[in-house]
Amino acid sequence: MTQTRLSQGTAALEEMFARARERKRLAFLPYFCIGYPNHEESLRAIESVAAVGVDGFEIGIPFSDPIADGPTIQAATQIALENGTTVRKCLDAVKTLRDKGITQPMLMMGYANPLVAYGSDRFVRDARAAGADGLIVPDLPPEEAAMFADSCEREGLALVFMLAPTSNDERIELVTRHATGFIYVVSLTGITGARKELPVYLTEYIARLRAKTDKPLVLGFGISSPEHARQLRGLTDGFIVASALLRAWERSFADMRTLAGDIFEAIQN
Amino acid sequence: MTDLYIRKDISDLPDARGYFGEFGGRFVPETIMPALDELENAYAEAIADPQFHADLSHLQRTYTGRPTPITYARRLSEALGGAQIYLKREDLAHTGAHKINNALGQGLLAKRMGKRRIIAETGAGQHGVGTATAMALLGLECCVYMGSVDIRRQQPNVFRMKLLGAEVIPVESGSRTLKDAINEAMRDWVTNVETTFYLLGSALGPHPYPMMVRDFQSVIGLEARQQIQDMTGQLPDVCVACVGGGSNAIGLFHAFRDDAGAELIGVEAGGRGIASKEHAARFADLDISRPGILHGTRSFVMQDEDGQIMETHSVSAGLDYPSVGPEHAHLRQLERAYYTLATDDEALEAFQTLSKLEGIIPALESAHAVAEAIKRAPTMPRDSVLLVNLSGRGDKDLDTVIGILGE
Repeated sequence: MTQTRLSQGTAALEEMFARARERKRLAFLPYFCIGYPNHEESLRAIESVAAVGVDGFEIGIPFSDPIADGPTIQAATQIALENGTTVRKCLDAVKTLRDKGITQPMLMMGYANPLVAYGSDRFVRDARAAGADGLIVPDLPPEEAAMFADSCEREGLALVFMLAPTSNDERIELVTRHATGFIYVVSLTGITGARKELPVYLTEYIARLRAKTDKPLVLGFGISSPEHARQLRGLTDGFIVASALLRAWERSFADMRTLAGDIFEAIQN
Repeated sequence: MTDLYIRKDISDLPDARGYFGEFGGRFVPETIMPALDELENAYAEAIADPQFHADLSHLQRTYTGRPTPITYARRLSEALGGAQIYLKREDLAHTGAHKINNALGQGLLAKRMGKRRIIAETGAGQHGVGTATAMALLGLECCVYMGSVDIRRQQPNVFRMKLLGAEVIPVESGSRTLKDAINEAMRDWVTNVETTFYLLGSALGPHPYPMMVRDFQSVIGLEARQQIQDMTGQLPDVCVACVGGGSNAIGLFHAFRDDAGAELIGVEAGGRGIASKEHAARFADLDISRPGILHGTRSFVMQDEDGQIMETHSVSAGLDYPSVGPEHAHLRQLERAYYTLATDDEALEAFQTLSKLEGIIPALESAHAVAEAIKRAPTMPRDSVLLVNLSGRGDKDLDTVIGILGE
């Protein structure tokens, strides 16, 4: 079962999208925060969902003041911090998962301050050494990203930027020019959190972005169910699920794993 | 005439990217980046429009009660036996603090931009009251985020905001103080950005807020600079102001920044003392404070080794904040301004001293500046002039002070 990992960084992400495209389906990247509900369980969750066959992971680094996150992720990251989760422990977690044979791409996702406190160059270097493939920083628009951009390029890691429904042509141009790996498409004007319905304007919105870039588009924020995943077919190259998995996990580990499995099932042909 | 109330200098920072030297910038989610561009453009248009200045100036004169006077603190000066102390009386501005200056400025801008819903954060409640007041006047909807700890210690202001028609939304996350109120206001803005104007209350946050708030507060220093010369025939030797986010201080300092003889001193909240680690002295405790990124701007931030933001403490809710406006970080780096601190006890002492000697009950925030004046005046010659920005009045703090000092 354990595959060898032949590439890392942007190359690994390219292969991930190529594989999914070959199978005519979207790439599914669940989010887990290291340290929630504790260090060991967060790793067990990632291993368990990796075994389902998902395409990649967002590895959450907790921050005390997550302004782009809704109550579910706020609560989870708060617990992770209370459990003593640090940037270093998140990088170590990636290393541990790689040692256990997890081959899917992993992107570190965290707010700017803890990464800057760690040292932006050092973080990118250590992330690469741990086996991570890219970086997503929700409060770092391309204008402010110089401190990470050079080192990501040097280490071959993806530096993912976001686009939102509010992004105008000028910003779409800027973000698509700078993003590597993929573009994180924020589905709605708002914060993270599970939602009942996908926004009605999604088709038109994605088409507007698609007309401007060939880079892979990965949708995040509010994607919560197998039904949502099915609706995205043909629209984007991939999607991220975060809060919905955490909410299922509040019921039980098995419920979380089942939801991940059902969503993955829903995107198969 | 049009630049009487907002002075724009060509040589002025921030630069085009919103930086004051290495501090400032725009570290926010993509969702609100276009709104910041829109705000920056709308602000640039507004300050180029004489009508905007005329409207603001009219409200300042007929509604806020500007210019606020300068009071010579004769008994305090005599008791200390050194510098002559003068108080810039922002406590006499409508709503009892300098916060109204910015609330009216941004409120007029919001109206100009066609935004009907205004959100704000508040710590001590003075910015919340200022905003609620301005929105009542301008007829705009107003929601104020306030940490539940601050709601408890600033009850009169909570009641005031509600009376003025604002909705006060308690914030239960994190330390439940100003920092968390800003988090929640930013989440609201990210969600409702197309209809909502975020009326940020201090000289912090993403560009253009630090610049815009400074400009709207610079009326304090522009008035004071003229008034003090009219009264004393000289410029002040020292200007003192308290620094939370730093809007009253930057508003005072801005007009004096080219006056080399005027020493500029910002006073941070020393809380229970630096050694206790329970304070909000971002520039004094470099063990736990260093440049970082919080609420969209790069400045000094109190944080642990791992970059997690630390909880702060101050007896005054308005100074209880782990970061500081980026322009202060820059002025400190240039050594154009100096930053010191006053502890809770020193502020409480100054609160009582000013009340007894001058019949002026200062806000606990402003009492930090008074405390520095009390320390510094005796070391200065009798013919020197020390100007204190009395940024607000203390009625809102009576419950807190009664709780600490007893009846």
